[in-house]
This record gives sequence, C-alpha cells and structure tokens, in this order.
Amino acid sequence: MMILSGGAPRGRILTAVLVTIVVLLALAPFLFPGSKPLNVAAKVCVYALLVASYDLLIGFTGIVSFAHTMFFGIGSYGVAIALYGMGAGWLAIFVGVLAALVVAAALALAIGLFSLRVQTIFFAMVTLAVASAFAVLASQLSWLTGGEDGRTFQIPAVLRPGYKLLEQPLFGVDVNGRILAYYLLFLTVVALFLVMLRIVQSPFGRVLQAIRENPFRAEALGFRIIGHRTLANVLAALFAALAGALNALWLRYAGPDTSLSFSIMLDILVMVVIGGMGTLYGAIVGAAVFVLAQNYLQTLMGVAFGALNAAGVPFIAGFFNPDRWLLWLGALFILSVYFFPAGIVGKLRAESQP
Amino acid sequence: MSAIEETGAALPREKTDVWPVLLPLIVAAAALPFVGSFSTWTTLTIAGLAMGMMIFAMSSGLTLVFGLMDVMNFGHGAFVAVGAYLAVVALAPLAVYAQSDQILVNLVALVPTALIAMAVSAAVGFAFERAFVRPVYGQHLKQILITMGGLIVAEQLLYAIFGPQIIPLPVPAALRGSFLVGGAAIEKYRVIAVVVGLIVFVALQLALTRTRIGLLIRAGVENREMVEALGYRIDRLFVGVFMAGSALAGLGGMMWALYREQVHASIGGEMMVLTFIVIIIGGLGSVGGCFIGAVLVALTANYAGYLAPKIALVSNIALMVIILLWRPRGLYPVTSR
Repeated sequence: MMILSGGAPRGRILTAVLVTIVVLLALAPFLFPGSKPLNVAAKVCVYALLVASYDLLIGFTGIVSFAHTMFFGIGSYGVAIALYGMGAGWLAIFVGVLAALVVAAALALAIGLFSLRVQTIFFAMVTLAVASAFAVLASQLSWLTGGEDGRTFQIPAVLRPGYKLLEQPLFGVDVNGRILAYYLLFLTVVALFLVMLRIVQSPFGRVLQAIRENPFRAEALGFRIIGHRTLANVLAALFAALAGALNALWLRYAGPDTSLSFSIMLDILVMVVIGGMGTLYGAIVGAAVFVLAQNYLQTLMGVAFGALNAAGVPFIAGFFNPDRWLLWLGALFILSVYFFPAGIVGKLRAESQP
Repeated sequence: MSAIEETGAALPREKTDVWPVLLPLIVAAAALPFVGSFSTWTTLTIAGLAMGMMIFAMSSGLTLVFGLMDVMNFGHGAFVAVGAYLAVVALAPLAVYAQSDQILVNLVALVPTALIAMAVSAAVGFAFERAFVRPVYGQHLKQILITMGGLIVAEQLLYAIFGPQIIPLPVPAALRGSFLVGGAAIEKYRVIAVVVGLIVFVALQLALTRTRIGLLIRAGVENREMVEALGYRIDRLFVGVFMAGSALAGLGGMMWALYREQVHASIGGEMMVLTFIVIIIGGLGSVGGCFIGAVLVALTANYAGYLAPKIALVSNIALMVIILLWRPRGLYPVTSR
C-alpha cells in the first residue's frame, strides 16, 4: 500500500475492476495486437491522467474550471512546436515539456489569483472566457501553431514504428518503437497518477477537501483558502499539460481538434462525473468506460442513422447522425449529474460497505 | 432630540458613482487619435454601440437572474441561439414584407418576428428553468455542470433540427445599406439596433425602478430572505425574471443574427463567453453595470479590430483584467456574494 500512499481504492469489486483495467492496459500491445486497439489503450491512459488532474480541481477542491483543455493544449503545443522547430530529439521533447509547464503554471497562477478569491461561479466564468480566447488565439497564430491544420512532427527514431527493439517477435508480436512509445506513455501515466494520489493523501490534500466541504471553517482553522485553491489549480494545470504532451507525442500531431476544442472539455466532464468525482480512481474507470463507449457507440449511431435514413424518416435520423454524438453525451452528462453524482466508483464503494 | 429627527428624516442619498459611466466616453475619446480619421471613428463607434446594445440585451437577464437567486445559468447562450433560429423560421413566411423597400412594411415583418422570437425564447426559458435550474438550486457545482450540459444539448438539438450548415438571413430591404453623415458611413441597421437597445435599457430601468415588481426584484437582489420573510414568493418572481431574461436573450439573438446576416448554432456558445465577460465587468447582478460593460466590450472590440486585428482577439480578456484590477468585483458590485 506504500505505493498508493495509503489511498487504497476501498471495496473489493472496485479493486478488482481497477486491477483488471490496469492489467489490460499494461498488456494491451500483446493482448490486442494491431494499431487501433493500441490507439484506444493509449487514449485511455492519456485521458485517465487528464481526468485525474481535473478531479484534483472539481472533486477534491470543489472548483469548476473550463480551462482544463487549455492546459492540455499548452502541453500538446509545447511539445509539438519544440519538435517541429528543433527536429526529432530528446532535447526538443525536454525543452517543449519544460516550456509548456512554465506557461501552464504561469497562466494557472494568474487565473487563480485573479478569480479564485470570489467564488466557484466566478472562476468557472473566467476560465470559460480565457479558454475560449486562448483557443481562438491558437488557431489564429498560424506561424507558431500551424493554425487550424495544427502541427505534425517527427519523434525520436526509437519511438517510431520502424524501429525494431527485438529481432524475434515476443508472444507473436513485433516489439517495435510504437510499443516502446506505448510503454513510455503507460509508465509515465502510472507514475504521475501515483504522484497525484500522494498529493491528495498528503496534509495539503486533506486541507483541500476541508476547504471543499466548508471554506469558512477551514479558514477559521487558519488555512489560507486562496493559497490552497490557487496551488491546486496550478498543480492540476501542470498535470494536464503533461497529459497533453504525452498525447501529442503519441499522435505525433497537435491541433485544435485534438487538444483545444471545447468538446474535449465536455469529454473530461463526462468522464469525471461517470467515474466518480473526488475519488481519483474514478478517472481510470471513467476514461476506460468513456473511450470504449465512444468507439463503440458512434459506430452504433452510424448504423441507426443509416437504417433510419433508409426507412425514410430523415428528421428522426438527424438525431442519430454520428455527428450528433455530443447531443447524447450531453444528455447522459446531465442525467449522471442528477441521478448518479457519486459515479461508478462511489457506487461500487457503497456496495461493498457493510 | 437630534437622534429622533435624524431617523425621521429621509435617508441620505447614496453618492452616485460616475466613473464607470464616464468610462465608455473615455475609451471612445482615447481611441480617436489612434484611429486618426474622424469619419472612420464615427463608423466604428456606431458599430460598437450597436453591438453593445445587442450584447446588453443578451446579458441583462443573466445578471438579474444571478443577482436574484444566486443562479448562474451557463446555458443562457441557448436562448440566444433559439432567438436567432426563430428569426429564420418566422421571417420566412413574411419574406414578402421583408423584401419591400418601405421601412413600415419591413416593420410588419420584423415586429411579429421579434415578438415570436421573444415568446418562444421565454417558453424555452421556462422549460429550461424547470428541467435544469430548479432541481439544483443552491448547489453551485451541479448548477454549473447541468446548465452547461443544457447548453450543449440545446445546441445539438438545433443542429439536429436545422442542420449544421450556416443559414443566410438577409436584413429587410429598407434597413440595408448605409447613409453618410459628414463623410462617415453609418449602416442603417446599426442605428435601428442602437434604438432598440436603448428602448430595452430604458424599459428595463423603468420597470426596475418605477414598478412594484421592480421594487421587489431589487429588494430580492439585495436581500432575498428579507423579502421572503415579508411574505413575497421570490421563487415565482424568479421564474418571471428568468423568462424575461430568456426573452431578451432571444431578442438579442435575433438582432445579432440579422446583424451578421447569418445563423449558426455556435452563436450560443460564442455569445455566452461575451456575455460572461460583460457581466463580470459590470458587476454580477447589476443591470446598469451590465449596460456599461456591454458598451465597453463592444467599443473596445471594434477599435481593437480596426487598429490591431491580432490583438482584437484578446482585447475582451485584457479589458476584463484591467477592470478587475481596478475594481475586483466589477464596475457596480451589487450583491455581497
């Protein structure tokens, strides 16, 4: 339990579910060979990290930010711009990540100091405004960001599919640079997740939860609310930027659609709510369920769309167009907030309580 | 003796805070030397005022709703989008009147359209309040999440019904084009927008300061519990304010759609961001502040768009930061929240 910093998942079923997900992710390249399953697994990893970092804010600190994709995007673009400008090298990755972290921390600090003193609503509004301005800015500054097309770049040769790590296939799978890249991603996510677990279990994390539950009381006990909230905001931004950097490295691309669009923000919200807010483990469950559902349900919607169109009811079919995915996602989101606020993790924990 | 007399006397008048009112004038005056030409400056200023009036119509309801019930509706943009689409739907059968170059005939098309847009937006607002706002009164986190979800769902429904393409929406014939005043080209539609916006503002101010309901609303913004203790049903009043705010947002959406001469469901989200900036600048809960904020944002956006198009994108955020540095709670902070 040392490695979990004393924050065990609690509950037998939940532990089983989490272990299953992590083991499947760890063995994904060998269990599900092929590039699509590997992309899905990588997406689960990236989103688990991103959603966990968002959970630091919404679940543990009780503040809603709409700028989380902005930090995700800063991470993505940081790596993308550095690798695009400096060529494929480890130094470029390092410089890109470092620059992204500095920018993300500075922005998070500025936004936090500005707007966290009043109340959650104010913060939500300000982050929404800033994030949308940032997205417009990123698509306009095309000399830097590549505009709407984004930036495609090369990664170090070791991580490319062409690189062979082993001469012989292992368990029938060629161990190439792509698999190496996946494990780099997976292990980084695991390490960062454990760091976040350490943070929420630390005295600092406890104070955050105290502030969430009762800010007046926490203040009366002598904790500086603004300081704690701002620090939580900065930490969440840093982890989000790291998730963005990993995502860009995996995709070898950074663009508005994959890193800055508002629909990613909605995805994060859905995942954190479905998984369970304030649990951190909810991020893993939420990301796994969501990414699988997204890949599966959109196909299903496409089938329904085609069938309804063929049946001659194009008006109804319009609601099942795969492009209307957000409609159902939004409805699902509202219903989960209403009826399922504790999420899957909360539900499983309640089940296993005597 | 003096104590008794003092309590009997009228309360001392609160000092009127004029600096925020002067702010738009200062900004306009400061922009003049940078713009250089007086006629260009006039055009930009009129455009800014027109834009400001429309933004004011969209955001006034939001700020009142917040002041009254501590409810921030992240789905307010949906009403703007509904108003914009209704302009398309309602103007279609009235196209004959809209094509005429007689302004009075045009009004035959425009006035019913505006009324329909406002009525339907109000109805949508009523449903929205019941479905998304009422169940989560007092729970800020859920409120933010659910109303935001409501915006997404409403936007997607509009896409599903009207299709994802941009729908063109021509301005009625007589309001097209511009006239020249001392070398400055002034678009007719903008003048109309300014007039309508001013009417809305004055009507709103009169309703708030001269009627009994307005008195209750203002009292409710100040101290809700006290008004409830006096036997008034603030929650009913709130539904009314919410619907009125939605209707104004719908009107604003329709005017905006005609101004841009096109309609797209993304207008909801775009305007949402702008209205947030406006009501933050104005001070949450203040209608007057909202008016000044809207004019300030629009003027700045127009000047910045002309002087330095690249900076224009962040001019709103910069304006917000400057205002908040000066007054951390906005120009006219109303509520203690």
